Amino acid sequence: MSRSAQVSGSIRRRLIGQLVLGSAVLAAVLVLLVINLARNVAQDTQDSILMASVTSILDTMTVRDGEISVDLPYAALSMLGNVSEDRVFYRILADGQLLTGYDDLPDPGEPGREGGYVTAPYAESEIRMATAERRLSVGGTPIMVTVSVAQTRQGLMQTLAQVSRIGGAVGVGFFVLAALLAVLTTQSGLRPLRDLAGAVSRRGPKDLRPVKGPVPQEMAPLVTSLNSFIDRLRYSLSRSEDFIAEAAHRVRTPLFTVRTQAEIALRRVERPENRAAIKEMIRALDESSRAAGQLLDHAMVTFRTDHLEKEQVRLVDLAEELVDRLRPVADLRDIGLSTQSTGNPVVQGDAVLIENALRNVLDNAIKYSATDGDVSMRIGQQGGQSFIEVRDHAGGFPEGALHRMTERFARGDNAGGTVGSGLGLTIGREVLEAHGGRLALENKGDGACVTLWFPAS
Amino acid sequence: MRHAVVPGLVIAFWMLFASALHAYEIEGELRVGDPAADTQLRIISTTDIDLFEPLLAAFVDANPKIAIDYVVASSAEVMKAVQSGDRFDLALSSAMDLQTKLSNDGYTQPYSSAATDLVPDWGNWRDHLFAFSQETVTLVISPAAFEGLEIPQTRQDLIRLLRDHEDRFRGRIGTYDISQSGAGYLFATQDARASESYWRLSEVMGNLGTRFFCCTSEMIEKVATGEIAMAYNVLGSYAAARTDLAYGIRIVELQDYTIMMLRTAAILRDAPNPETAGLFIDHLIRAAWGPAELDYYPFPRFPAPEGAVSATRRPIRLGPGLLVYLDGLKRRAFLSEWRDAMRW
Repeated sequence: MSRSAQVSGSIRRRLIGQLVLGSAVLAAVLVLLVINLARNVAQDTQDSILMASVTSILDTMTVRDGEISVDLPYAALSMLGNVSEDRVFYRILADGQLLTGYDDLPDPGEPGREGGYVTAPYAESEIRMATAERRLSVGGTPIMVTVSVAQTRQGLMQTLAQVSRIGGAVGVGFFVLAALLAVLTTQSGLRPLRDLAGAVSRRGPKDLRPVKGPVPQEMAPLVTSLNSFIDRLRYSLSRSEDFIAEAAHRVRTPLFTVRTQAEIALRRVERPENRAAIKEMIRALDESSRAAGQLLDHAMVTFRTDHLEKEQVRLVDLAEELVDRLRPVADLRDIGLSTQSTGNPVVQGDAVLIENALRNVLDNAIKYSATDGDVSMRIGQQGGQSFIEVRDHAGGFPEGALHRMTERFARGDNAGGTVGSGLGLTIGREVLEAHGGRLALENKGDGACVTLWFPAS
Repeated sequence: MRHAVVPGLVIAFWMLFASALHAYEIEGELRVGDPAADTQLRIISTTDIDLFEPLLAAFVDANPKIAIDYVVASSAEVMKAVQSGDRFDLALSSAMDLQTKLSNDGYTQPYSSAATDLVPDWGNWRDHLFAFSQETVTLVISPAAFEGLEIPQTRQDLIRLLRDHEDRFRGRIGTYDISQSGAGYLFATQDARASESYWRLSEVMGNLGTRFFCCTSEMIEKVATGEIAMAYNVLGSYAAARTDLAYGIRIVELQDYTIMMLRTAAILRDAPNPETAGLFIDHLIRAAWGPAELDYYPFPRFPAPEGAVSATRRPIRLGPGLLVYLDGLKRRAFLSEWRDAMRW
């Protein structure tokens, strides 16, 4: 019986989520860095061209005949046109007075020795302006000349937009790749965990061996704990089974004594109500003794399947011997037992166990059959497999409960007043499974049909 | 095809009292199309009416709901008109420097369409200015005056020829008075930029008592009559258009380099009908750069040079460089140097 675990989150989802989130953050940072770098480079480029233009104008400024002369070089402005198709403005001041150019250009601030740059709105647009100063001596008087060259920033913005588009595409590409790698890494990282879960869940119900396969370092504590848990479980299981067998054994003998005494008492008692009470007592004693017997059988089956001895078992011989022994019980209730066989199939196995399994199945069939009923057994081979089929006409298993009839202490709804512990079919199943076969339950006609299948030898 | 509207012609010369009405002077005005049309497209241009009329008529034929008010003025007056705030849709001018300044100072608006892709890169500035003609700046000579002499092919040849035959050419050379003519100033500055030989030529011309003219037509007429032997830096397209004088002139494209002037069109910032103006730009560009040669296109078509720099014919580059010679100080310095060389 397995109960599903209480699930809270998923390592896989959490890992993928965190890795993908990390990649997204990294990609965003990358894109921002690229755009910022591009902005700086583009701005530096524009600045250096503007300053080259300013310098080339300053270089032509001389004093001639006591007047400041400017020879605006063609290249000073045309070089700006070579870089981008932006609008160009310039201004030349001498001691703050306009010599030539656009008088309303923004204030350059304090350009300093190296020259200065400002970004300002001008002419319904935004301009970048470079300014530099130089001192000229006119007739012994120093005069400060200030040259500013400005350009609109459309070309710069276009370059930036283009870089941003490329940067964005690179960022998205990086993110997609990183996310893909995150998924792959998570899958491969979690594989040992999946493998362990698979190995444990594939085990048979009685497989209580420790986990031996190699596991990664991180999982070693888990596997160590699991193994020690399995050890304790196995020990505790064997203890309780020993205990049950011992208890059943000790209960059965005194029960037998009490039953004998009860039967003697029944013969002596005359009054009908007393007889009924004693009969009821005997019935209860039978049930208890039978349960104790089956518990013992079950313990025996468990023990013997752990140390299975294999010999040649002739199924027909075994079945006929068993029928001979059970016939008195069946005759008591006028139940007919018939055996029909083709050949005498031989299987490898433990005769005691197989007999025990068949006895429990036959017992069940007789028990549930009505007086005057009929239980038939068929032995044969099909597809290399040997089988013993037991059929009755007692109404069959309750529909929908077939699959759980072989579980311990499970009893059909129609068990009603029939004596039983619910262990019979469990014993049958465990024996067959220990031999590599199986116990098949079905309803055929008006009764149940239980088939013991043995593997091909 | 039926002409929906017969182009009505109203040509008015207002030279004298124009200044009373406007802050600028106009040389002529032409209205084409239905006067009651939905849209009145106002164009101010430096190109003469008779040269441009077929092209305007073709536009109105194709767009019967549009009428055109075509105003002609000199390039300086075109500039003034735009700056005065009179609301024109389009400015068409041969003064590339002034057009560049208008655009640089924010008086124009950008435009792009399938047609604007036809314009070569060097003929389109910022999607604001579109070149719609290529016109060579040439030497126009009187074959009679050159009788017995080899026609000069380069400026070097010309300098040598003038030095060798000072007497024959003294007082018989003409060129623009560049302090008066915007086009002459543009050609002279581009010449000076292109080659040092320009200053040598100027000195030689100054030595020979060169005469200065305000306008192309006057120079061409004087060459045709033989009054002067040659005119330097004359628009070849104007000379070629004067078929009446073809007997007396010869147009020479100098082989060391020949400057090409581009007429440019721009949609003005405050244009009342920018979409219609865009249609007209498309019309102009298809005529100038489209695959089909259209008979109403008044200018010569040259195969667009692939490498604009290496070719003998060099289109003047649109761009901020053109602003340099418009600078007041620069202009004053250039004029002074030019006068020194020309001994004027």
